[in-house]
Amino acid sequence: MTNLTHLTIAEALDALKKKDFTAKELTEAHVKATSEFRHLNAYVTETPEIAVEQAEASDKRRAKGEAGLLEGIPLAIKDLYCTKGVRTTASSKILENFIPTYDSTVSGNLMRDGAIMLGKTSLDEFAMGSSNTTSAYGNVINPWKRSTGDNADLVPGGSSGGSAAIVAARAAMGSTGTDTGGSIRQPASFCGIAGIKPTYGRCSRWGIIAFASSLDQAGPFARTVEDCAIMLQSMSGYDPKDSTSANQPVPDFRAALSGSIKGLRVGIPKEYNVDGLPAEIAKLWEQGKDWLRSEGAEIIDVSLPHSKYALPVYYILAPAECSSNLARYDGVRYGLRVEGKDLTETYEKTRAQGFGNEVKRRIMIGTYVLSAGYYDAYYTKAQKIRRLIAEDFAKAYEKCDVLLSPTAPSAAFAIGENEDDPVKMYLNDVFTIPASLAGLPGMSVPAGMSSDGLPLGLQIIGKPWDEATVLRVGHVIEKAAAITALPAMLMKKAA
Amino acid sequence: MDKATVKKVATLARLHVTEEEQEKYAAQLGGIFKWIEQMSEVNTDNVKPLSSVIDLPTPLRKDEVTDGGIQDDILANAPEAVEGFFVVPKVVE
Repeated sequence: MTNLTHLTIAEALDALKKKDFTAKELTEAHVKATSEFRHLNAYVTETPEIAVEQAEASDKRRAKGEAGLLEGIPLAIKDLYCTKGVRTTASSKILENFIPTYDSTVSGNLMRDGAIMLGKTSLDEFAMGSSNTTSAYGNVINPWKRSTGDNADLVPGGSSGGSAAIVAARAAMGSTGTDTGGSIRQPASFCGIAGIKPTYGRCSRWGIIAFASSLDQAGPFARTVEDCAIMLQSMSGYDPKDSTSANQPVPDFRAALSGSIKGLRVGIPKEYNVDGLPAEIAKLWEQGKDWLRSEGAEIIDVSLPHSKYALPVYYILAPAECSSNLARYDGVRYGLRVEGKDLTETYEKTRAQGFGNEVKRRIMIGTYVLSAGYYDAYYTKAQKIRRLIAEDFAKAYEKCDVLLSPTAPSAAFAIGENEDDPVKMYLNDVFTIPASLAGLPGMSVPAGMSSDGLPLGLQIIGKPWDEATVLRVGHVIEKAAAITALPAMLMKKAA
Repeated sequence: MDKATVKKVATLARLHVTEEEQEKYAAQLGGIFKWIEQMSEVNTDNVKPLSSVIDLPTPLRKDEVTDGGIQDDILANAPEAVEGFFVVPKVVE
């Protein structure tokens, strides 16, 4: 039998249809792979029994001719999505024993369409981080190692690090992430897989633990652009339970891949050519332009003049929203409680012991910028610049159809690097945050390898609601790059 | 940012912060806000603050009960619950 864990979702769906193997066999192969890659610490909670049970049910549905869009496909779910009866922690100690009594809309959509849940993946605590080193359940390790032989454990990126690492390790066919400032795109780039953050409002946020509500969006990770398209199809759609869910038609994303990009205008934001951009990343960006040009696209220089302010704006707005959202963790209705001598002390101790350092730091920033006397200088000012950033994109899109940039300013770094200086860590998201602030769809596609053998991604940013074009351009880059490299630990396994 | 400010913000955020942590936060947050200061370079006169990126009208629905009767679910994760209520430390002497 073929190596079931190396198939794409599209290939597995075809094979399941032809009865080459059952969903149970496919799932068991992934459950086995999950146990072999436990050292990556990608999961907070594995759910092998649920997976096998769901796979048996899936095989029955298929036999009755009731196969859904993702029938029998084993996926990993970020531990930020509430899952009925399965512990959901947000990688925080404060939710260590939280067992939701409902499913998030998006994970529910995937299960409705026949997907199988392998487990709940680790993330930066409450999705706050770019390295997956802020989880209360330990660091997640990237399956890739530098080819220089230093053998250092590398970060998978964050915040959706567990979701990205486990798909790169071929132990899940796809996974869900959330992206607030780059939390899907940057880990996809670091782990050598594809990931898309759709337009804000495309996927329901209902039942996904909130970080910064005006920015948070759900999206898929998979090893191919086509697989991302299939997953996004299932995850998208209007949900009356989320007041920011958009009642927009959802196009056939998979069908959109087959179109041509002849005549498509691809914008290159000149401000993304930042000081200190490593030469190999600049070169990859050039390569990306050439690939698109040779498929008939027109490359156009555009300007997004307020780009450099996107990071400071984000680090006002996201913490402000986080400090409001996380006010709910008070030790009364759910989550950890640490008793104090009175109610105030109970709150203060519960939150001090339940939250980790990065979360506390952001709550402090957010509380400060929302406090009397500072609100206008910081919060309102940031909201105004956010409008200017969004307008920059709207102006650029008068001249072009999509934008192309690197996904991140570096390949995966070693665990512990960038830890001492929060600002340096925040700079990881310099290319992803502007599109988040503007609510635009963005995708990272594996496009090359660094000189030390690590994957590098290119980012495609689209117009609002135009994930179809983003996916189509991503598909062209993926085909042109034709990357076949695998993490060394997988080659060893195969040998 | 000084220790007194950190202490005040921690109180507002209901976070217990030790003396040592006050010191650390003062330095770290000071660094972050120094970096954030660059926002002041941008002229935002006559710019309206943006709070929502999606330009869609707020959906309205009928004001009617669509959910309920799930008291057990609501209390299922409470650290302490008695007879249908959340239990909190005594707040009235």
